[in-house]
Amino acid sequence: MEPLGMFEIIGRVLYQFTPVWLALIILFAASIAYKRKLGLYGKLFDSPIGMIGFGLVMFWVFTGVFGQIDLIVTHDSLSQVSGMRNKVPGTALRSPGEGQYAWYLFGGDHLARDVFSRVIDGAWVVVRIAPLATLFAFMVGITLGLPAGYFGGRLDTIISFTANLILAFPVILLFYLLVTPEIVATGVPNFMATVLFIFPIIFTAVLINSRYHTQPSFRTPLMIGVLGVMFWIYLSLISTGGYLVKNDDFSIPALPEIFDLFDVSGGILVVFVSVVFVNSPTVFRIVRGLAMDIKTRDYVAAAQTRGESAWYIMLWEILPNARGPLIVDFCLRIGYTTILLGTLGFFGLGLESESPDWGTTINSGRKLLASFPHPALVPALSLLSLVLGLNLLADGLREESLKD
Amino acid sequence: MGLFILRRTGVMIITAICLTFIVFFMTNLYPNLEKLAKTQGNFRMSDEAVTSWLDRKGYLQSLPVKYGQWLGVMPGWTYENDGDLTGRCFKGKLSVEQAADAPQFCGILQGHWGQSTALKNDVSTIISDRLARTGALMFWVLLLMIPSALIIGVLAGMKEGSKTDRGLSTLSIITTATPEYVSGVIFITLFASSAIGVRLFKGSATAAAKHMPEGYGYEWLPDWMIGFWFRVAEAPTFENFFLPVLTISLYGMGYIARMTRASMAEVMTAQYIRTARLKGVKFSDIVLKHALRNALIAPFTVIMLQIPWLLNGVVIVETLFNYKGFGWALVQAASNNDIELLLGVSVVSVVVVLVTQLISDIGYVYLNPRIRIS
Repeated sequence: MEPLGMFEIIGRVLYQFTPVWLALIILFAASIAYKRKLGLYGKLFDSPIGMIGFGLVMFWVFTGVFGQIDLIVTHDSLSQVSGMRNKVPGTALRSPGEGQYAWYLFGGDHLARDVFSRVIDGAWVVVRIAPLATLFAFMVGITLGLPAGYFGGRLDTIISFTANLILAFPVILLFYLLVTPEIVATGVPNFMATVLFIFPIIFTAVLINSRYHTQPSFRTPLMIGVLGVMFWIYLSLISTGGYLVKNDDFSIPALPEIFDLFDVSGGILVVFVSVVFVNSPTVFRIVRGLAMDIKTRDYVAAAQTRGESAWYIMLWEILPNARGPLIVDFCLRIGYTTILLGTLGFFGLGLESESPDWGTTINSGRKLLASFPHPALVPALSLLSLVLGLNLLADGLREESLKD
Repeated sequence: MGLFILRRTGVMIITAICLTFIVFFMTNLYPNLEKLAKTQGNFRMSDEAVTSWLDRKGYLQSLPVKYGQWLGVMPGWTYENDGDLTGRCFKGKLSVEQAADAPQFCGILQGHWGQSTALKNDVSTIISDRLARTGALMFWVLLLMIPSALIIGVLAGMKEGSKTDRGLSTLSIITTATPEYVSGVIFITLFASSAIGVRLFKGSATAAAKHMPEGYGYEWLPDWMIGFWFRVAEAPTFENFFLPVLTISLYGMGYIARMTRASMAEVMTAQYIRTARLKGVKFSDIVLKHALRNALIAPFTVIMLQIPWLLNGVVIVETLFNYKGFGWALVQAASNNDIELLLGVSVVSVVVVLVTQLISDIGYVYLNPRIRIS
């Protein structure tokens, strides 16, 4: 078969993304139609910059999701096809099998795998990890930052010192210390996961208790229900095969395997933990600053006079009023987390070497960059567009939230 | 002010001690030591051989003792075998009598940084050598990054909402969204490969890290300048150094430019600027004489705080362009679990982080007379 020309490649790539285009059109049409009823999200569609950013972000989200249900990818991202090594974009397969896509749209990499399908699968890795890791970092940062800013004093000094200590580490050194197979074997990431992942539970518990502590008959069942589910997920998350840590020297039993909902592979867990660990101190500093600023406002004084508890004031008076900057920072931070994930991949840390995520792909492509740039260039541009989308989205949100 | 600096220095020392202890703890976990023994000895060592190797090298002492020895507050270990001694404070084998003359304490406080196991050299030699190379890189990065960031920021913030502002702001957002490993790949593709772009530059900066030849020097250069001059101006050429410098500068540039823009835009709305405009001062004079000085206070802090961040960029770019500097040493030390080199690298980077923080605080107070530290 003939190799494809440039316009044919572009046309076929656009065609492969059909489900994504459809989803984007539906999403945008629905959002613009109802934008007056959708609050801050609706206002986003008044700002062109915010719309472009949101479009880019949702493009990659849909790509990740649809790629996972086999709608976009043309080949298996791990299988190698003979004769396709380092082939330029648009090369035809030598002998395509029955029902096999006949071209490598973005060429082949140094192991003769399809660059196009790997980029699509890589999007799923980012879309799965980055927002969730950022959310966890926010939970940790908020749970520690609110009391530090509100109470001040010795508590603040201790937590701030710890946060500054983590921030003084060069990120890459920290990654090299945390994300190696030897460290995974000692169980340090699992201990860190055990500590870090408990923060969302503490956060929810305090949130519910401070709101409903006057109605125990409603609060107690609600707490038991919500916390029970969260605790179950927590235990499933930190235990693998019935153990928290299991190596030759010692093992710590955790949730038995029958109750274990899902297993997170060691590589993903350690990447997740280290990204949360790196992001939390910065979120802590932002929340602490906001809390210190907002606690001098009149409505906080009013709540104090009413005799509300400190945690009620922090979570139901201060936090909602700090939401603007926090939402903007959340978007920016997802972008930063994406960059961190790429950095980890670039140094070959954490994920397996055949993983399709963008950092790892750039890393394996950079050795042949001078002669065959396409295997590294395609994931690099993808990462750039996603992070750019998140930054533009944050910019649009900031602009719109300032208009209030 | 003196008290403030003193207190900050105290905090700095405590932070440095905590940090190096964490690095010490992580690198001394048993699986890491086992890996070290196997890479230094051989990969098929039995468990007993690993233990005895570690014992001979003093790695099996308790953690606080080892840390104390590294710091230089505890006497260094010695290992006796058939009347011969090996130890931390001297090289090779010595008899008991000879060893008695050797120094007892040898840690970082005595200026003894230890031996690198991966690069087979003194840690202090490696670090000073590598820091000089990275210093040259940073010199050019700062020289490119700071003026361009300030110019972009001032031009954008001068007239908020204008076309220039929108264009330059979008440009700065794009640069902050491009991490070094992305822009590096793009630049190499465009300017250093024959496949798509043109071969204007070299895709590797190895040549810029060459050693200073014997007898190098100029008549007109004072002696202490020679090393610096060679590293900064002689070894790097435009061809092999421009791409790495551009790659690092670009990521930090957008952030500084945005901060400058925000600060400039704020100053431009101040009362005294309006007064100056109403008096009929030329717009260029307003910007250069009235606004600029106040608008540059905030960016100064940002620039100082950005320097530790550049370290990340340095590690990535030195790996990508194969420039054997400080970041390259960090990667080598970390991937080989080279404990003492890694500790040396952490000490240096922590000092860089904390000193820049201190300078930014002091500079902020100095530049802005409205703030006084009591």
